[in-house]
Amino acid sequence: MSDAVSALKGASFDGLVRVEECGLQGMITLRGDLSNRAVAKAATSVSGQKMPGQNRANVAGESGICWMSPDELLVLVPYSEAGAAVEKMTATLGKVHSLAVNVSDARAVFRLSGPAARDVLAKLCPVDLSPEAFGPGQFRRTRLAQVPAAFWMDDAETFRIVCFRSVAQYVFDLLKAAAHPAAAVGYHTSVGG
Amino acid sequence: MSARIATQGRLIDRSKPITFTFNGKRLHGLQGDTLASALLANDQMLVGRSYKYHRPRGILASGAEEPNALMGLGEGGKFEPNQRATTTELYDGLTARSQNHWPSLEFDVGQVNAALSRFFPAGFYYKTFMWPKSFWEKVYEPVIRQAAGLGAVPKERDADTYEYFYAFTDILVIGGGVAGLQAAKAAAQTGAKVLVLEQTPHWGGRAPVDGGTVDGEPVEAFVERTVAELSAMENVTLRTRAMGAGVYDHGYALGYERLTDHAPLLAGPRHRLWRIRAKRIITATGAIERTLSFAGNDIPGVMLASAMRDYVVNYGVAPGQRVVIATNNDDAYRTAIALKQAGIEVLRVLDARNSGGGDLMRQAHEMGIRIDCGRAIARVKGAKRVTGVSVCAHDGEGGALEEVACDAVAMSGGWSPVVHLWSHCGGKLIWDETQAHFRPDPNRPPTGADGEGFVVPAGAANGELMLDAVLSDADAAGKLAAKAIGFKPKRGKVPQGAGPEEAPMMPVWLMPARATTALRNKAFLDYQNDVKVSDVQLAAQEGYESVEHTKRYTTLGMATDQGKIANINGLAILADSLNAPIPQVGTTTFRPPYTPISMGAIAGEARGEIFQPLRRTPMHDWHDENGADWEPVGHWRRPYAYVRPGESVHDAVMREVKNTREKLGLLDASTLGKLIVKGRDAGKFLDMLYTNMMSTLKPGKCRYGLMCSENGFLIDDGVVARIDEDTFLCHTTTGGADRIHAHMEEWLQCEWWDWQVYVANVTEQFAQIAVVGPNARKLLEKLGGMDVSKDALPFMEWRDGQLAGFDVRVYRISFSGELSYEIAVPACRGRAFWDLLLKEGAEFGVMPYGTEALHIMRAEKGFIMIGDETDGTVIPQDLGLHWAISKKKDDYLGKRAQQRSHMTDPNRWKLVGLETLDGSVLPDGAYAVAEGVNENGQRNVQGRVTSTYFSPTLGRGIAMGLVLHGPDRMGEVLEFPGTDGKAFKAKIVSPVFYDKDGEKQNV
Amino acid sequence: MLILQCPYCGIDAEETELAPGGEAHLKRHGPGSSDEDFHDYLFARENPRGVHFERWRHANGCGKWFHAARDTATLEVFGTYPAQTTEPPKEIRDAITARRPGWRWREFS
Repeated sequence: MSDAVSALKGASFDGLVRVEECGLQGMITLRGDLSNRAVAKAATSVSGQKMPGQNRANVAGESGICWMSPDELLVLVPYSEAGAAVEKMTATLGKVHSLAVNVSDARAVFRLSGPAARDVLAKLCPVDLSPEAFGPGQFRRTRLAQVPAAFWMDDAETFRIVCFRSVAQYVFDLLKAAAHPAAAVGYHTSVGG
Repeated sequence: MSARIATQGRLIDRSKPITFTFNGKRLHGLQGDTLASALLANDQMLVGRSYKYHRPRGILASGAEEPNALMGLGEGGKFEPNQRATTTELYDGLTARSQNHWPSLEFDVGQVNAALSRFFPAGFYYKTFMWPKSFWEKVYEPVIRQAAGLGAVPKERDADTYEYFYAFTDILVIGGGVAGLQAAKAAAQTGAKVLVLEQTPHWGGRAPVDGGTVDGEPVEAFVERTVAELSAMENVTLRTRAMGAGVYDHGYALGYERLTDHAPLLAGPRHRLWRIRAKRIITATGAIERTLSFAGNDIPGVMLASAMRDYVVNYGVAPGQRVVIATNNDDAYRTAIALKQAGIEVLRVLDARNSGGGDLMRQAHEMGIRIDCGRAIARVKGAKRVTGVSVCAHDGEGGALEEVACDAVAMSGGWSPVVHLWSHCGGKLIWDETQAHFRPDPNRPPTGADGEGFVVPAGAANGELMLDAVLSDADAAGKLAAKAIGFKPKRGKVPQGAGPEEAPMMPVWLMPARATTALRNKAFLDYQNDVKVSDVQLAAQEGYESVEHTKRYTTLGMATDQGKIANINGLAILADSLNAPIPQVGTTTFRPPYTPISMGAIAGEARGEIFQPLRRTPMHDWHDENGADWEPVGHWRRPYAYVRPGESVHDAVMREVKNTREKLGLLDASTLGKLIVKGRDAGKFLDMLYTNMMSTLKPGKCRYGLMCSENGFLIDDGVVARIDEDTFLCHTTTGGADRIHAHMEEWLQCEWWDWQVYVANVTEQFAQIAVVGPNARKLLEKLGGMDVSKDALPFMEWRDGQLAGFDVRVYRISFSGELSYEIAVPACRGRAFWDLLLKEGAEFGVMPYGTEALHIMRAEKGFIMIGDETDGTVIPQDLGLHWAISKKKDDYLGKRAQQRSHMTDPNRWKLVGLETLDGSVLPDGAYAVAEGVNENGQRNVQGRVTSTYFSPTLGRGIAMGLVLHGPDRMGEVLEFPGTDGKAFKAKIVSPVFYDKDGEKQNV
Repeated sequence: MLILQCPYCGIDAEETELAPGGEAHLKRHGPGSSDEDFHDYLFARENPRGVHFERWRHANGCGKWFHAARDTATLEVFGTYPAQTTEPPKEIRDAITARRPGWRWREFS
């Protein structure tokens, strides 16, 4: 399936931080009662990660589980495994009231990395991004300028951001503008400002 | 004559000369100058012409409160009008132009207004330009437009970029003077996170100029040390050139940071708008000096006393060589002393108080400065600059006792705390009788989400004008704010300020106290809007008793400076005219921003490509490279048509329709909504949302459904596919996907929360391509992988399968009336599939078609479109869609509404087709007229056009419309007036113009 | 610009993360109801200066609908609670009483 392409085919930009589109990422929307064992098993068995608590994400590379709402999880798996993962999850869920659907193609994923990452993202999201308020392990849905988006941290200097595929170019351009080399803020970091 | 003083200038760097231009003249300044100080250093006293009377005006103040020195700065894409010279940092190459004069600043034709000022008192606009009525359009309006406004409008796009920054902090301190610095330190020492904003490039505020000591050292040393301490603290962020622009609900505040105004060649954004959320906000915003209201107080060379000493001490500029000072308080003596120390001759201090002042007066006296108590300025002489003053007794009518020649006048009417940010979110004020000013009422602060006050005023902003009180008040404010949010203040030594004792001030609202009418006519209150004492008195006389009315009638306080200097003086005159105490008259509302901020900062990053979030389908680039004429559909971009070289858009549309009906067309339908609805109660749920019965739909089949609001009106339509027992896939219109998803969630969460249904929005998971036309099946069979024959995949059914190795879901649905397959393929492979269809379809005459061709084809078939046939007031019954309304359902959204009498009324206009007699195209939105006129004299109407096109299939114009009793009047001819006098005649026909039996889609 | 805590995800969401949804606790009237009841269901709304109950959706967030009790004049927020209820819960009513003794809003107090 070499003709499967992500929205921006891995575009990148280096400025205050590095901005890159992450390419193809498997994603499954799982809706169900999160306290139900079958629902939890469906998520953990295909991702190899533990169930996250409220507003948390357990992500390692291309696999993970993110808490989206009291009855919704975002399950991450390698892109090529998404179809099979949905089938496996559906089987695990059986008759339990739930919905598992492949949304891998519906999203675009970006990585924002560097010491000034918090300052750059703070230009776009009304979220407290200080280290005390947000760190690896947490997951946040919010608005990124004019579109809905979600993000977590892979490490202390790296954000991964998810948005809808159709606005991938808009989001990339936003991140690029925010990472303009002459636009350092120096609020969350002593870099610049 | 104003000039540079060799021995002064703590903010300027004599080793760095700067060249700039003012009104085309090349002038010289120094690094550290503001445009104002540099103009004064060049003896440029005249800086503008006033708004109404075109009076010559000079620099009045030294800070953001300046009303006169408004300049147009820069050129081309960097040009900006109405910039205050006092807050503009000088840089090499700066170009400035004064405003509101023609042909020049020195010789302004508009000056005639001043000569006619008797006829232009306050409120004259309400009494003039009304007669004769015909003159308004041809005479008055054009003249007024020419004369209106102050600055010139920029003609080019803004060349700069801007950005936001969302900052969260425990405590926001607005103001970097000694109060702000001490409050910040006291708060930061508790461990709270503190953000400090100072609007000028310098810390310390007024203190370094005004003097005094802190713990025995000069106050400048205290400032330097405190700034260094704060800079070293991890939990403190300091920002200069950053103004607190506004305080809003729940601890929200805006900070306006000017990043490159002082150095325009720097790259990066010009302004950054800080969108701050703070648990507590400390307003250490200082106080502003008031003018004295004497005749000629607006002549260039008359300045606020504190401003005059600012220019001397900070910039080494003497606004005059022979100065007269008028005052009602001790602070002005600081100016007398500073001027004398700089070698400037202080001819006289006229102290309106019979007993004069305290320590500072004594100090001035000891320096040999002549002080006259109980004395006032009757009027200032001079036109484009001060030439002298008439001195009189303050307690009198202004009879001149003496004429004194001078070239500058310093005036001080007292100090008003800057209460704006305290007031923005509802903080109330109290009148301080002793100091004759309003200050924050500590019992009525602005309150937040918890009902508690969230703003703490500090220092001069809180009415404390003496240095020792400023520091202790600020320290207390910092500790109070920190404690309120859970931090523990440290017990420590509070810095001890010391300064001279000051005698009480005496309120002087008019100088002299009983000035004659002639004098009051030239005593200015609001300089920017040219409002005089006589104007406010006139307003009171005419019955405007409320300060709100007076403000609007006189325009006092309505200029870009929001009355910073004028408000209290104006209020006092009004109170006096009404014989009421000042607190009873009250104040008007202070509104953000504190001073004007750029439109760019408000917009942030949203301009150009990122002005709005454009939504692109997976095939967007192909469309773009192949002549797409882009149409906005919400934030999506869809091709209206694909225009080939040499074609007009219309030609392209005609070609696309013909080709699709004759051969094969491809449409990018990816934007239509796709919602998965799953659960035991999914069928029941959809039965409530649609007018149709959806629960009876069998797996593998599709049904066209209508959705209505609870008010009965059509809100969306689309094809629903039954996937399995529990699962439906609902298509929505392009504009409907997010809306209908939200609609579904709303009903599931707020009304039927015990129903087992989950919804997921998979609109963007799939690229969806319609393969349409007589050759559609041939193409798919060529691709191979699944059986797409009529038997295997009949009309209005769907199948999963593979085509040329792509996993697809194929729906046999048709909006064009042709043989049509809508194919959903995962979005990541959408482009590849599209490319393949074009390649393999070439032999069948494949062409892509856009939305206009789509709309024409569906109109030829009489299919309705949400947004054309519906406008929010149309119900399914109007459109002849009774077949889509289930009679078996007891309830669905809209059912009860449609039972109301105005919805069952047979006189509601109904859907029909319209065919012009001459084949022309009816204009969009045209009305069919009926006999007679209504009460307004407008022709009666009996129908309107909802969609209209030229049909290449039929070779003539076709239209759909809603007409009174339409379906019963087949064949009748109606008249539709056009917009340019032409009338169209059209016959009522069936809306199905083509292939009435639907044969082509059913093969 | 106000902040409301979403009761589902716990986030203190600012107004730009939220979409307003009008008055809370509307009673739906369907087929069989009187014209007057139906009219009021669609159009009659409380417009108090003071305690008010309204719906909000955490649109740029977890997507859930919740209710908020707040003072329309001062923007004091008494509490937020899930939307799956036909009346404000006791904790919310008590919280309001503590700050506005004697309050009344439609049939609740």
